[in-house]
Amino acid sequence: MTPLLEVRQLVKEFPGKAGFFRSPAPVRVVDGVSFAIDSGETFGLVGESGSGKTTTGRCILRLIDPTAGEIYFRGEDVLGFTRRRMREARRDMQIVFQDPFSSLNPRMRAGAIVEEPLIIHGVGTKDERRARVLELFQLVGLEQDHITRYPHQFSGGQRQRIGLARALALNPSFVIADEPVSALDVSVQAQVVNLLMELQQRLQLTYLFIAHDLRLVRHICTRVAVMYRGRILELGATESLFSEPAHPYTRALLSAIPVPDPTAARQRITLDTESFDPGTALREVATGHWAAV
Amino acid sequence: MRSHSRGPRRTHTRIPIVKDVTRQHNDSTRRPEVVAQRTPDRSPPDVAGGSPEPILVVDRLRTGFVTDEGFVPAVIDVSFHLHQGETLCLVGESGSGKSLTAQSIMGLVDPPGWVQSGRILFKGRDLLDLPERDWQRVRGAEIALIFQEPMAALNPVFTIGAHIEEMLIVHRRATRRAARQRAIELLDAVRVPDAPRRARDYPHQLSGGLRQRAMIAMSLACNPDILIADEPTTALDVTLQAQVLELLRDIQSRLGLALLLITHDLGIVAEMADRVAVMYAGRIVEESRVGPLFTDPKHPYTRGLLKSIPGGAPGSQLVAIPGTVPRPGALPAGCCFEPRCPSRFEPCRQAHPGVTDFGMGRTVKCYLHGPAVEPEVSAPAGLDAGHAPTA
Repeated sequence: MTPLLEVRQLVKEFPGKAGFFRSPAPVRVVDGVSFAIDSGETFGLVGESGSGKTTTGRCILRLIDPTAGEIYFRGEDVLGFTRRRMREARRDMQIVFQDPFSSLNPRMRAGAIVEEPLIIHGVGTKDERRARVLELFQLVGLEQDHITRYPHQFSGGQRQRIGLARALALNPSFVIADEPVSALDVSVQAQVVNLLMELQQRLQLTYLFIAHDLRLVRHICTRVAVMYRGRILELGATESLFSEPAHPYTRALLSAIPVPDPTAARQRITLDTESFDPGTALREVATGHWAAV
Repeated sequence: MRSHSRGPRRTHTRIPIVKDVTRQHNDSTRRPEVVAQRTPDRSPPDVAGGSPEPILVVDRLRTGFVTDEGFVPAVIDVSFHLHQGETLCLVGESGSGKSLTAQSIMGLVDPPGWVQSGRILFKGRDLLDLPERDWQRVRGAEIALIFQEPMAALNPVFTIGAHIEEMLIVHRRATRRAARQRAIELLDAVRVPDAPRRARDYPHQLSGGLRQRAMIAMSLACNPDILIADEPTTALDVTLQAQVLELLRDIQSRLGLALLLITHDLGIVAEMADRVAVMYAGRIVEESRVGPLFTDPKHPYTRGLLKSIPGGAPGSQLVAIPGTVPRPGALPAGCCFEPRCPSRFEPCRQAHPGVTDFGMGRTVKCYLHGPAVEPEVSAPAGLDAGHAPTA
């Protein structure tokens, strides 16, 4: 079975800072990332800020163009798409952004925000679109009379629901969720996480879940890749990776998670970043579990 | 709220009625005794409560905002105490009033914010009665604050070293040379590598983790008795977070200072706290030593928070608290948690529950545990024109 999405040797460079006598050396933010996601999976991409996980997500949707590498969606070469073909492909690949405050246009009503992708892609008549917006509002747990409100009248959790409704408007099969709950209040995070899991079941979605909250990733992801400085250091089934981390960086990362139990014994592993070479090739340490060791 | 304009400049909301000149002059006589109290090699503090006098007592603090619709309280009758050498965690979500509580203690509430009533006793003195000049002596020197976002608290045109030196020159009348020496020592103490060189760096040249360390060094410059850390690691990655928390713990045990740690992460609470106060919608709804809070949470909100942490069977539904945190000014008539509470019953809609005391420093505000009703607030005596907001 071909995977739904396959990323091969993805590289993204940004122009670096130029010195007085120095021409700008490019900075490699994503450095040879490869992975594949099967239909129905929740694939977690974890790492600290600056590790390149968000850039990887944006390259897949071609919101930014990668420097090198290959991306296949349903076996088709995404980087070879024309603009028109790409627009069509985006109906099937959507993104939910981290910040529900800056990702919604403050001057548009909630209904118009959710309807916009339908208009752009020329879907349905005015009445059909309106019916679809109503359906989407119901799907993500918003009230009917919320349609005419503006983003500032919603709480963070509700805004994230609007973002989700917008992403689902075109019935995508693949959704990139880029830190979808990290900007939300703790007591509201669980609501949105539950909604994401429920929608996945109902609509048979495949998620690329970008996050830094390892507790959450462990809970909802089927497989996880750990990124560090633009490279994947470890990749495997969630349970395997969390219970038997093979890479020293993963071990340090997991040991740093604060455990909500005051009696728990804590053994922090301090990481010596000189002790490993992030450039080491991935090696299969157990079935389906790869690590750069 | 958290703008870079915060600094020594500040219009305090309380205008002293009588200028207390004596207090400023006897400063030199006061200082030696204070220094003596601050020696690090004192015996381990007894955090069991009861014994020695608490260093900080916050008593029925009410802080809010003056709006067109009148006064909107965002911190409602918050009371707690803090002993030397202990860590109290103030837990709550955004909008729960935890940061505003900290700002009230630091005297950093600017109009339209206003400390309406209450007392903040630091070593027995009510800070709210202090004239601004005396408060300036306390702020930063005896009670220090670490912000969530160090970049917003550091001045981009001064070096890290200069920030620390300024503290020593202003508060300790140190010479420039001595201050410079001490700044390097402090940076070294918070494990900033290559401190002499780093002292000459500007804030933007440091990574997030180092910046937060510099911020901690700055807060320690004058040997404070109390360190207030407002979400000190929220902007940091998990590995850096672990390092900064360890540093705070280390500093606290070495210097024996009292730590008021504000956070929303129960994982951090479990790791750092001796005692915990859970805030919701402006009130402390539960207070406890850290152990019992996790094993036997009393308030439905605390229970909900603990249950909503991902941890059960992978892929299983998380136990979510329905609804959202009410905004200040739109609080429910009865208990602030009633609209979201799974255990609500009739009395919850009538009036906010008062304190039910379980002893051993364990209190909860919930009708499930007792019939206590929150007393009606009447403005305490002494509230006069001098307490009116200046805006």
